[in-house]
Amino acid sequence: MSAVAAASARGAWAHLASGIRRHKMASFGAGIVVLVALSALLAPWLAPHDPLEQDVLLRLAQPTADFPLGHDSFGRDILSRILWGGRVSLYVSTLAVLIAIIVGGALGILAGYIGGLFDRIVMAAMDVLLSFPTLVMGLLVVAMLGPTVGNLILAITLTAVAPFARIARAPTLAVKERDFVEAGRALGFSNLRLMVVHILPNVVDDILVMAALWLATAIRTEASLSFIGLGVRPPTATWGGMIREGFENILDSPWLAIFPSLAILVVMFGLNMLGDGLRDTSDPRLRHE
Amino acid sequence: MLIYIVKRLLVAVPTLLAVLTVVFFFVRIAPGDPTFIILGDQASQQAIAAVHHELGLDRPMLVQYLDFMSTVLQGDLGNSLVTHRPIWNEVANVLPYTIELTLSALFIGVVLGLPLGIAAARHRNETLDYAARIFSLLGLSFPAFVSAIMLLLAFAIELHWFPVISEARTGDPLSRVSALVLPAVNLGLIMVAYVMRVARSSMLGVLGEDYIRTARSKGVPARVVIWRHALGNALIPVVTVVGLYLGVLIGNSVLTEIVFNRPGLGKLIVNSLNQRDYTMLEGLMVIYAFIIVIVNLLTDLTYGLVDPRVRQR
Repeated sequence: MSAVAAASARGAWAHLASGIRRHKMASFGAGIVVLVALSALLAPWLAPHDPLEQDVLLRLAQPTADFPLGHDSFGRDILSRILWGGRVSLYVSTLAVLIAIIVGGALGILAGYIGGLFDRIVMAAMDVLLSFPTLVMGLLVVAMLGPTVGNLILAITLTAVAPFARIARAPTLAVKERDFVEAGRALGFSNLRLMVVHILPNVVDDILVMAALWLATAIRTEASLSFIGLGVRPPTATWGGMIREGFENILDSPWLAIFPSLAILVVMFGLNMLGDGLRDTSDPRLRHE
Repeated sequence: MLIYIVKRLLVAVPTLLAVLTVVFFFVRIAPGDPTFIILGDQASQQAIAAVHHELGLDRPMLVQYLDFMSTVLQGDLGNSLVTHRPIWNEVANVLPYTIELTLSALFIGVVLGLPLGIAAARHRNETLDYAARIFSLLGLSFPAFVSAIMLLLAFAIELHWFPVISEARTGDPLSRVSALVLPAVNLGLIMVAYVMRVARSSMLGVLGEDYIRTARSKGVPARVVIWRHALGNALIPVVTVVGLYLGVLIGNSVLTEIVFNRPGLGKLIVNSLNQRDYTMLEGLMVIYAFIIVIVNLLTDLTYGLVDPRVRQR
C-alpha cells in the first residue's frame, strides 16, 4: 500500500516538475526560491561576519567594500544579518505551512470522505477560523502565548489550516463517488487505504499549487508580526525585525530598512511567480497562456 | 431570494456564537493575570482577590462565559482595563479613520483594477497584458508595511509632498485629505493587484463562452461585447474576491496605520497589546470577527443577487 502511495505521490511531483520546466515564469520563480533557500541554509558559511557581533564605532556606518550593505544601529553587519534572518523566516513559514497542509489536508479528506455530521462540524470549525483576519489572529496568538518560534509557527499554522482543509475536501467529495473507489470498497479495502491510496493522489496537485502561494502568505505574516514587535526576540536576526529597527532610523539611515525589505520582496516575488505558474500548468483551461 | 437570505443568516448566527466562544476562552486560557496590569507585581493577596472580585474573575468559568455572551450580544463590550472608559467609546473615536482608509482603498482598487484587468484580458499576451501581470505579481509580493515604508521614504521624506505623520488636525479637511493620500494609495495599490488578476482571468473565461462568440459573429462591436455582454458575468468572481480580500485588507490597514502613525483600529489593537489591555483586545477581536462574518454574509447575498443560480443551492 505504501509503495502505491509513494508511486502516486512521485507521479504528482513528476507532473508538477515537468509543468514547472515547461512554464518560463514558474521556472524563473522556482529558481529564485531555490537561491534564497540555499542562501539561508548556507548562511553560516556564506555570511562574511557574525550577525550578532556589535561594533560601536561602526554604528549606522554606510556601506563599504568589506560591509557591502552597511551597519545597523548596533554596528552589526547588515548583509550577514539578512542571510541569517532568512533562516528564521523560512524555517517558521515552511514548518507552519507543512503542518497546515498535513492537518488541514487530513481534516479536509476525512470531512469529505466521512460526510454527514462530522463534515458539518469540521467545516463549521474552519469557518470560525476564517472569521479572524490572518494578521489579527496571529497578533492575538503570539501576544497571548509569548513571542517564541513555536508560538509563531502555531499562529501561522492556525491561519492556514482552514484553506487547506477546504481545498482538500472539494476533490474528495467528487472522487469518492467514482467507480475505482467503489471498486476498492467492494474488494474490502479499509477506509484508511481508500483515503490514502486512492483519494490522496487526486488531492495532492491542488494542495501543492496552493502551498507555494501560502508559503508567500506565511512569510508575509511572519515578517509583519516581527515588524509589529511580536516576532522572534532580538538580537536574533529576522527580516521583519530588521525592518522594524531600520524604521526607527528611517530619516537618517534609510538603507537599514530598505535592504531587508528587498530580501522579502525577492522571495515573495519568486514564490508568487512559482505559484501562479503552477496554477497555470495544473489548470487545463489556462495551459495555453 | 427571501429563503436564500434566511438560509444564509441561519449559517452566520452559529458561526458568530462560535467565534465569540473562541475569543472568550482564548483570552482566559492564555497565561498572565490581568490583575498585575492594574496593581503591578507587588500587590498583596487581598488586593488581587478584591480586583478579581470586581472584574468577576472569581466566579466559575461557565458563569463568566454566559455573562460575557449575554453582555456582548446586548452590544456591551465592557470597559478598557487601562483607561477604564467603555470600549465602544474608544473604538468610536478611531473608527472613522479606519473606515475612510479602507473605503478609499477599496475605491482605488476597484476603479483602477477593474478596467486594467479588462484591458489585459482584451489584449491578452500583448505588452499591456504582460505589464499588467507583472505589476499585479509585484503588488501581491509587497507586504503592506514594506510598501508603506517605500511610499513614506519617497513621497514624504524625500519629496515632502505629504506629511510624514498622518495624524490630521481635526476640523481641517485639507490636512485630513493630505494625510489620507499615502496610506490610501498604499492599501489601494495592493488591492488593485488583487482585483486586476481576478477581473482579467474571469473576463478571459467569459470571453471564451459560446454566447460571446455568437455576439461577435453577428457583428456586434468589440466594445459593446465587452461592456454589455461580458462584463456582467465577469463581475461575479470580482465581487467574491473583494469580500474575501477584506481579511487581508484589515491586516494591511493595521500595518499601514503603524507605519504612517495614523489613528485607527489597527493602532488601537497594537497599543492594547503593548499595555496588555485584555478586555480591549477581547472587544476588538469581537468587532473584527463581526465585521468579517457580516461582510461574508453581504458578499454571499450580493452573489445571490447577481447570479440567480446560487440561490437554488
